[in-house]
Amino acid sequence: MPEDNVNSFMNGPDENGRFGDFGGRFVSETLMPLILELEAQYEHAKTDDSFWAEMNDLWTHYVGRPSPLYYAERLTEKLGGAKIYLKRDELNHTGAHKINNVLGQIILARRMGKTRIIAETGAGQHGVATATVCAKFGLKCVVYMGAHDVERQAPNVFRMKLLGAEVVPVTSGRGTLKDAMNDALRDWVTNVRDTFYCIGTVAGPHPYPAMVRDFQAIIGKETKEQMHAAEGRLPDTLIAAIGGGSNAMGLFFPFLDDKSVNIIGVEAGGKGVNAKMEHCASLTGGRPGVLHGNRTYLLQDDDGQILEGFSISAGLDYPGIGPEHSWLHDIGRAKYVSITDVEALEAFQLCCEMEGIIPALEPSHALGHVIKLAPTLPKDHLLVMNMCGRGDKDIFTVAAALGIEMNNGE
Amino acid sequence: MTRIDATFARLKAANKKAFVSYLMAGDPDYDTSLEIVKGLPAAGVDIIELGLPFTDPMADGPTIQLAGQRALEAGMTLERTLQMARDFRAVDDVTPIVLMGYYNPIYSRGVDQFLVDAKDAGIDGMIVVDLPPEEDTELCIPAQAAGLNFIRLATPTTDSERLPKVLQNTSGFVYYVSITGITGAAEAEATNVGPEVARIKAATDLPIIVGFGVNTPEKAEAIASISDGAVVGSAIVGKIANGDSPADVLEFVASLAAGAHKA
Repeated sequence: MPEDNVNSFMNGPDENGRFGDFGGRFVSETLMPLILELEAQYEHAKTDDSFWAEMNDLWTHYVGRPSPLYYAERLTEKLGGAKIYLKRDELNHTGAHKINNVLGQIILARRMGKTRIIAETGAGQHGVATATVCAKFGLKCVVYMGAHDVERQAPNVFRMKLLGAEVVPVTSGRGTLKDAMNDALRDWVTNVRDTFYCIGTVAGPHPYPAMVRDFQAIIGKETKEQMHAAEGRLPDTLIAAIGGGSNAMGLFFPFLDDKSVNIIGVEAGGKGVNAKMEHCASLTGGRPGVLHGNRTYLLQDDDGQILEGFSISAGLDYPGIGPEHSWLHDIGRAKYVSITDVEALEAFQLCCEMEGIIPALEPSHALGHVIKLAPTLPKDHLLVMNMCGRGDKDIFTVAAALGIEMNNGE
Repeated sequence: MTRIDATFARLKAANKKAFVSYLMAGDPDYDTSLEIVKGLPAAGVDIIELGLPFTDPMADGPTIQLAGQRALEAGMTLERTLQMARDFRAVDDVTPIVLMGYYNPIYSRGVDQFLVDAKDAGIDGMIVVDLPPEEDTELCIPAQAAGLNFIRLATPTTDSERLPKVLQNTSGFVYYVSITGITGAAEAEATNVGPEVARIKAATDLPIIVGFGVNTPEKAEAIASISDGAVVGSAIVGKIANGDSPADVLEFVASLAAGAHKA
C-alpha cells in the first residue's frame, strides 16, 4: 500500500474529474459553464482559511460536532466478537450526516452570490438539511422529491415545509430519488443565473463527488482522532451504508492510505440481489454506465436503459453510486456487500433493544453486516460503523413492514 | 461529404433555409413512427432528427419525456432505432438522419460497435446531449474518424471564451439552443436569438440551426430568417401524443416546413 504521495489513494479525482475511469462531466452544454465556475470557486474556497473557519464554527455551534464515537457495549457482548463502535452522526442537528455537506455547499453558494437553492431528496434527510440551512441564511429553497417518497416519508415533507421550503413531488419515472435528481437538473438548466444545485451525495458531475466527499470527510477525521484517544490506534474495520455513498465516503476517505484498515460498504439488497433487480446494489448487481453527469456502476438493462432500484429504505433507493466507490471497488481498496430489507429490519430492532438507539433504515443496512461480520472477528478487533441517521422518520415504514398498526400512539 | 453537408450545399445553392424536424423513434409504436418518418421528406423536412429513447432524458421537458416512455413501453431499443433508419434508407437515400439522445445506450452497446452499426444503418450524424467538449474522447472524436458528423449544442451560457472549445470538434452544423431550459418549455424570441447566432457565425463557417421553443410556422419562419434553419420537436411530438394520424402529423410538419422555407 502506498506511503508516498504519488501512489496515494487520496489524490483523486484528476483534472477531468475522473477516479480511474469513473466520474467525469457528462452534462449538457447549458450546465457545463456552471459546473466549471463551481469547480473554480470550490478550488478557491478549499484553500481559504476563512471558508473553513466559518464551516468549523457552524459545525460546532449549529450542527453539534464532533459527533461522539460510542462503544456499543451490549451489542458487542451480544455478537461476541469484534469491539463495536458507532460513529454517532445521527446526533447531528437534523438527525443525519447530510448537514455536514449542506453547510459547505450553502456557504459556497452564498460566496457565489446565488439566491435560490435547489436540492433532490430521497428519504428526505438531505431535503430537510438543505431547508434548514436555507432557513438559517434566508435563502429560497426548492426541494425535488419523488412522489412515492413524499408518500412514504411524510414527516420529513412536513418538516421541510415548516422550514419554509417548497417541496415539489416528482411524478416522472417511478417517483423516487433518481427521478427527483432528473427534475432538479431540469430546474437548474432553466434557472442558470440565480440558482445553486445542492447535491446530497458523492455523485453527479465533477466537482460534486469530490466536494461532497471533502465536506463529509469530517466524519472520518473525527473518527481517527477519537479512536486514537479511546484505543490508541487505528480501527481495524470501517462499515457504512451506501445509496449514493456520501456518509461512507466521508468515513472512508481519511483512512484510504491506512493499509491495515478494512473498508466495507453496504448496499441495499432489497428483496435480494437477483435477476429481477429488486434491489439497489449497483456494485454487486450493476455495470458501468453514464447517468446524472458521471460514469459509475448503474442498474441498467441490456439496452442501457436505467432500472428503478428497490429498497425499503428511501435513502438507498438509487440505481447508481458515487464514482469514487466504483473506483475503490474496481481497484479492490474497499469491499462492497449487500444486506436485504429483512436483514436491515432485524438489525433495526436489535439496535433499538440493545443500545437504546433507533437507527434510520439506511445505517440499519450497515448494522446488518456488522451482525454478520462481528462474531467472526477476535475480541480485540476494532470495528467502526457509521450511524449516519436516526430512525424517527422511519417508524411508520417499519411498523408497516412488521405488520403493526399505529393508532394514536397506543 | 456526408448527406448533411450535401443538404446544406443544396439549400445554399437554392438560397433556402433548412427545416429540421425531431421525433422520438418508436413513438407511439414502431410502425406508426416509421410511417411518419417516411413521410417527412415529402412534407418538406430537410434533416430528420431521430430521438433515441432513454429512461432519464435530463434536458427534456414533459412532452419528450413522455414520448420516450411511450417508445420504451412499446419495446423500442437502440437496435430497433437503427433498424428504423435502415427501413427509411430503403426508400430514401438522400435525406440526412441525425440521431439525438443521451450517451448511456450508446456506451452500453460499446462506442466502436455503435459507430459501425450507425454508419451501416445510414445514420449521418449524432447529437448527444450529455457529451460536452470536455468528454470529446468518449464519442465525438471516434465518430468523426468514422465519417459521422458530431453536432454540438451551443447555448446562451456558452460565452465567447468557451465558444471555440464548443466549435472545435463540431461538424455538420451547430445546433443553437435558443433558451436556457428544457425542450418544449419556453418560446424562442428571434430578437434575442439573432445576435447570438451572429456571434456564433462570426466564429465558424458551419450552418447554425436553432431549436428549443420553436412551435409554429410563424416562429419557424422568424427563427429561420435570422439563422440557417429551424428545428421543431416538442410541437410535433405533442401531435403524436394527441393521437393524431400520421397524415395529420405530416400536414402539421408541412406547415412548419413551409414557414421555415419562407424565410
